[in-house]
Amino acid sequence: MAKIIVITSGKGGVGKTTTSAAISTGLAKRGYKTVVIDFDVGLRNLDLIMGCERRVVYDFVNVIKEEANLNQALIKDKRVDNLYILPASQTRDKDALDIEGVQRVIDDLAKDFAYIICDSPAGIEKGAMMAMYFADEAIVVTNPEVSSVRDSDRVLGILASKTKRAEENQDPVKESLLLTRYSPERVEKGEMLSVEDVKDILAIPLLGVIPESESVLQASNSGQPVILDEESDAGKAYEDAVGRLLGDEVPHRFLEVEKKGFFGRLFRG
Amino acid sequence: MNLLDFFRANKKKSASVAKGRLQVIIAQQRAEVGGPDYLRAMQEEILAVVKKYVSVGDDAVKVQMEKAGECEILELNITLPDSVDKE
Repeated sequence: MAKIIVITSGKGGVGKTTTSAAISTGLAKRGYKTVVIDFDVGLRNLDLIMGCERRVVYDFVNVIKEEANLNQALIKDKRVDNLYILPASQTRDKDALDIEGVQRVIDDLAKDFAYIICDSPAGIEKGAMMAMYFADEAIVVTNPEVSSVRDSDRVLGILASKTKRAEENQDPVKESLLLTRYSPERVEKGEMLSVEDVKDILAIPLLGVIPESESVLQASNSGQPVILDEESDAGKAYEDAVGRLLGDEVPHRFLEVEKKGFFGRLFRG
Repeated sequence: MNLLDFFRANKKKSASVAKGRLQVIIAQQRAEVGGPDYLRAMQEEILAVVKKYVSVGDDAVKVQMEKAGECEILELNITLPDSVDKE
């Protein structure tokens, strides 16, 4: 049975698509057949982050409207086996998504895939609701910043009340926190909410902390999921998060300031 | 605490300000969003009824829904003014 994971946040620009690309690539690298769906109809971006924008012919909405079949719309990743992308439509709007249509596509994918990753649009409108509705698990992407944390809390409320699992009184959607753009230096100076602060407020388990890193922009510039940049801190942190998602005990890294230079070394303790 | 922190200790760190603000706003958000939709309308009607008999401010009536296990508790708080004029 496929596991359906939504990547959500409420607020825009916190790293949902970067995370969707990284997590799906990480799962596929470990041998799980994975599909990542872009629910941001009208503002698609996952194709760019995955570097397959020139290969989009049919999209998610075409499949929902039965204008194309799944095999025509799915794009097979050229770098990683077992990884497929289902792009959003760029020309329609979110009303093109309807619950029966999305259900049908997800049911079809579930026959063939181990993981279905749903990349949610920002906001709590229709596209975001659809991305969340069928989820078994939710990764709530949050920046250590007041508006992002508040929006994440709002999304947690929706996950607990408006999803299929909630409506059918099944076990609740399993929620976890992914803190992105984290800067240990600023936390140490008292300028940024710490991991513990955000965990205290949102009260959900921590899946991972992705440090602020230049490699994220470089990855998106070149259309490579950042997890493939195995030298970068962000890539390593995503790799750890994928391990935890699969149930491994992986210690958290990149939470402390790296001590550099003479004085740093002298006083490290 | 190092020497630098000692000199900075007087100024409240912005991260702790952020945390305090978030704790307040999120508690409020959870109370509002968690409750059923009719709570606000009911609150207004109760306030209108109270106002018919006692002169109170617009924030005199507080309605809150809480969950305790299987049981839902509706908490209603009406604050009357300190001295009610006797006729």
